[in-house]
Amino acid sequence: MGDPALSRRGFLAASAAAGLSMTALSACGGDSDGGSSGTTTVEWWNISTTQPAKDVWAALAKRFEAQNPKVKIKIVQLENDAYKSKMTALTASGKLPDIFHTWGGGVLRQQVDAGLVEDLTERTKEWGDGLLPVARAPYLLDEKAYGIPFDIGMIGFWYNKAHFEQAGISAPPATWTAFLDAVRKLKAAGITPLALAGKEKWPGMYYWAYLAMRTAGVDALTKAGEDKDFTSDGFVQAGRHLQDLVDLQPFQKGFLGAAYSSPTGQAAAVGNGKAAMELMGQWAPTVEADAGKGLGEKLGFFPFPAVDGGKGVITEVFGGGGGHALRKGAPQAAVDFLKFFASAATDTELVKKTGVLPVLPAAESAITDPNIKAVQAQLKAATGFQLYLDQAYAPALGQEVNDSVAALIAGSKSPQQVTESITKVAKEEQ
Amino acid sequence: MTSTFLPDKRSGPDVGPPLPTSGSGRARARRRARHWLTAVGFQVPALVLFGTLVLLPMLFALYASFFRWGGFGMPDDYIGGDNFTRLLQDPVFLGDLWRCLLLVGLSLLLQLPFALALAVALNQKIRGRAVYRMLFFAPYILSEAITGVLFSMIFAPDDGLADHVLGAVGLDGVGGQWFADPSTVMATLFLVMTWKYFGFHMMLYLAGLQSIPAELTEAALIDGAGPWQRFRNVTLPLLAPTLRISVFLSVIGSIQLFDLVWVVTAGGPDHHSETMAVTMFQYGFKRYQVGYASAISVAMFGISLVFALAYQRFVLRRDLQGATTTMRGGGA
Repeated sequence: MGDPALSRRGFLAASAAAGLSMTALSACGGDSDGGSSGTTTVEWWNISTTQPAKDVWAALAKRFEAQNPKVKIKIVQLENDAYKSKMTALTASGKLPDIFHTWGGGVLRQQVDAGLVEDLTERTKEWGDGLLPVARAPYLLDEKAYGIPFDIGMIGFWYNKAHFEQAGISAPPATWTAFLDAVRKLKAAGITPLALAGKEKWPGMYYWAYLAMRTAGVDALTKAGEDKDFTSDGFVQAGRHLQDLVDLQPFQKGFLGAAYSSPTGQAAAVGNGKAAMELMGQWAPTVEADAGKGLGEKLGFFPFPAVDGGKGVITEVFGGGGGHALRKGAPQAAVDFLKFFASAATDTELVKKTGVLPVLPAAESAITDPNIKAVQAQLKAATGFQLYLDQAYAPALGQEVNDSVAALIAGSKSPQQVTESITKVAKEEQ
Repeated sequence: MTSTFLPDKRSGPDVGPPLPTSGSGRARARRRARHWLTAVGFQVPALVLFGTLVLLPMLFALYASFFRWGGFGMPDDYIGGDNFTRLLQDPVFLGDLWRCLLLVGLSLLLQLPFALALAVALNQKIRGRAVYRMLFFAPYILSEAITGVLFSMIFAPDDGLADHVLGAVGLDGVGGQWFADPSTVMATLFLVMTWKYFGFHMMLYLAGLQSIPAELTEAALIDGAGPWQRFRNVTLPLLAPTLRISVFLSVIGSIQLFDLVWVVTAGGPDHHSETMAVTMFQYGFKRYQVGYASAISVAMFGISLVFALAYQRFVLRRDLQGATTTMRGGGA
C-alpha cells in the first residue's frame, strides 16, 4: 500500500492525461451563449474603436436594451484591419455575427453568394425606403437590400483657400483643363499643388476612378467589372488624363513613400499648409487636424471636375459609407435594432456627436460644419453613384486597380498597360 | 545502448547498483514500456499543438498551392502547377528573388564584417567597453515594427531628421528621397537592417571571441606573429563555428524579411522593396488569392529548406558532428 513510486507515476500519468484533455478542450471552447430565460442575445460587430463613436454607440445599445428588456446586445469592437481579417475567417467558417459592419459592394456580394447574409428587402421596407437613395446604393445587390447604412460620404478635392488666392485662382476649377491650369498656377507660385500618399495606393486610385467615371460614364466601371473588360477607350483616356497631371509633377517631395495619416503623410501635408489640395473623402478635415494642424476656416471643398467631351457629369459621385448587415437567420431583435439605429433620433445623434453624414433627410439640420454641409449638398443632389472600387470589386481586382494606377503614377505603366493588367486580373477571377 | 532514463531507485526490493543482469528481462521491458508511455503522454500536448498549428497548415498550404482558391470554403478548383508557372513569370516575384539575393550579398559583404570588426575592437581592454557593447546591442531589442516607424520618420524627405542633420553639416541636397525613390529604397532599407542587426551579430562574435583561450594568442605572440597573423591564423579559425551560425541566421532572416519592409514601405515604391513575404501577404490577405499566396509560401519554404539542408550538410558539418541523424541510423 502507498507505494510512493506508483503514486508518483499515477500523478505523472494523470498530469499527462490532463495535458491531453486540455488540448482537446481548448479546441472546442468559445461560443456558448446561454440563451435561456427568454432573453435574446444579439451580437453586434462593429469597427467603432475610436472616441467619441465608441461611447456613443455603447450608449445607444444600452438605450435599445432599456426599450427592449428581453434583448441583450453584445458589442464586439475590432479595429478596421483586424475586423477584415477576422471576417474573412468567419466567412470561411460559414457563421457570421448577428449584426456586422459592412461597406457593401464586392465583399458583401461574396458573403451573399455564400448564402450567409439575410435579405432585408421585405423586413425593412416600411422604414428603409425613407433613407437617402445614395446611402442605400452600396448595399443593393440585384435590387435587394442586404444592409442598412448609418454613414455615407464621397470623395472630392479639399483645398487651401489661402493658397488658391496666393496663386491667383479665383474659383475652384470645374473642368479637368481648368484643374490642370490651377495646378500650373500653384506650382508657379511656389506651392506644392497636391499631396498624395503613394505608399498606400488607394488615394491614387481615386484619381483614376473619378477620371474613368467622367470620361466613360458613371455606369462604365460597374459594367466593366461585370464584363471583365476594362480595355475600352474611355479607360485608356482616363489614364492619359491622369498622366497629364502626373507629368506636371504636382505632388509633394517623396510622395511615393508617403503614408496617408502619419505625421509626414498626405493629410498632414495639407493640414500643415505644405500642399494646396488633396483628393479625399468627407473624413479629410478630421484627419488633417489630427495628423497636422488643420486648416480651419481656410479649408474648402469642390467636387471632382468634369472632363471635356466625356460621358460623365460633375454631379456623379464616387464614395461609400458604412452600414450593417445581418447574418442569415438572425433574430427579429436584430432587425429591430437596425430600425432603431436608422431612426431620426439616432441618426441626428450620430451626426452631431460622431461626425458622420446623415442617411436620413431629417438629420440634415444637425450638420454645423460648412464643409460637411457642402459635401452633404453634393451627395443629396447626386445624379449617379459609384462605390469605392476596392469595395465594389472582388478584392483581387480592387487591389490590382490600386496597384496598376500606382504604377502609372510612378511612371512604370502606360495608360494602356493599366487597362490591360486590370482586365487580366478581372478575367482570372471566376 | 544505454537507457536515457535514470533507474528508479524506489521501484522494487532489489535496490542496488543497476547491474546489467538485475531483474528479469520481462520486468525490465515492462518498466521501459511504462517509461515510454509516460514520455509519450507528456509529449502529446506539444505534438498536438505542433501538428495542428505547424505541420497541418504547412501541408495544407502545399495542397492549396495547386488550386485557384479565394480562401472561402474548401479549395475545389484544381489547376495543377499553374500557380508555380505563374510564379516564375511574375516580374514581382522574380524581383523578390533578386532583392533577396541582393540583401544576402550586402549582409555578408558589409554587415557581418562590420559586426566582426566591432566585436574584435570591443574585445580589447578599452575604457567603457561594456557601455559600447550595450549601446550597439540596443537596436536589436527594438521590435521591427517600432524600428520601421522610427526610420520612416527619420528618412521622411525634407522633414526628416536625416535631411535636417545633413543640412546642418552643410550637405543639403545630399539626402534624396530615401525610401520614396525606387533607386535608393533598397540601400536605405539595408542601412536600417544593418542598424538593427549588426549589434546582434556583434554579440554572437563577442561570445565566440571570449571562448577563445588567451593562451593561444599569447603563444602566437611569443612565436612572433603580428596582429593580423594572430587574427587570421588564431582568432578567425577558432571563431569559425560562430561565423557559420551567424551567416546562417543572416541568410534565413533575409529570406523571410517582412515586418520592417511592411511598416516602412509596404513593398513600394512600385514594388521596388517588396520581398517574398510581402508579396505573399499581398496576395493572401489583400487580394484573397490564397492559392497563389500558398504557392509563394511553398516556394519560400522550399528555398529556406534547400538552403538550410545544404548549409548544414556542407558548411555546418563539423559543428554539428554527432548531433544530426544520418541515413545510416544512430545505433549502428
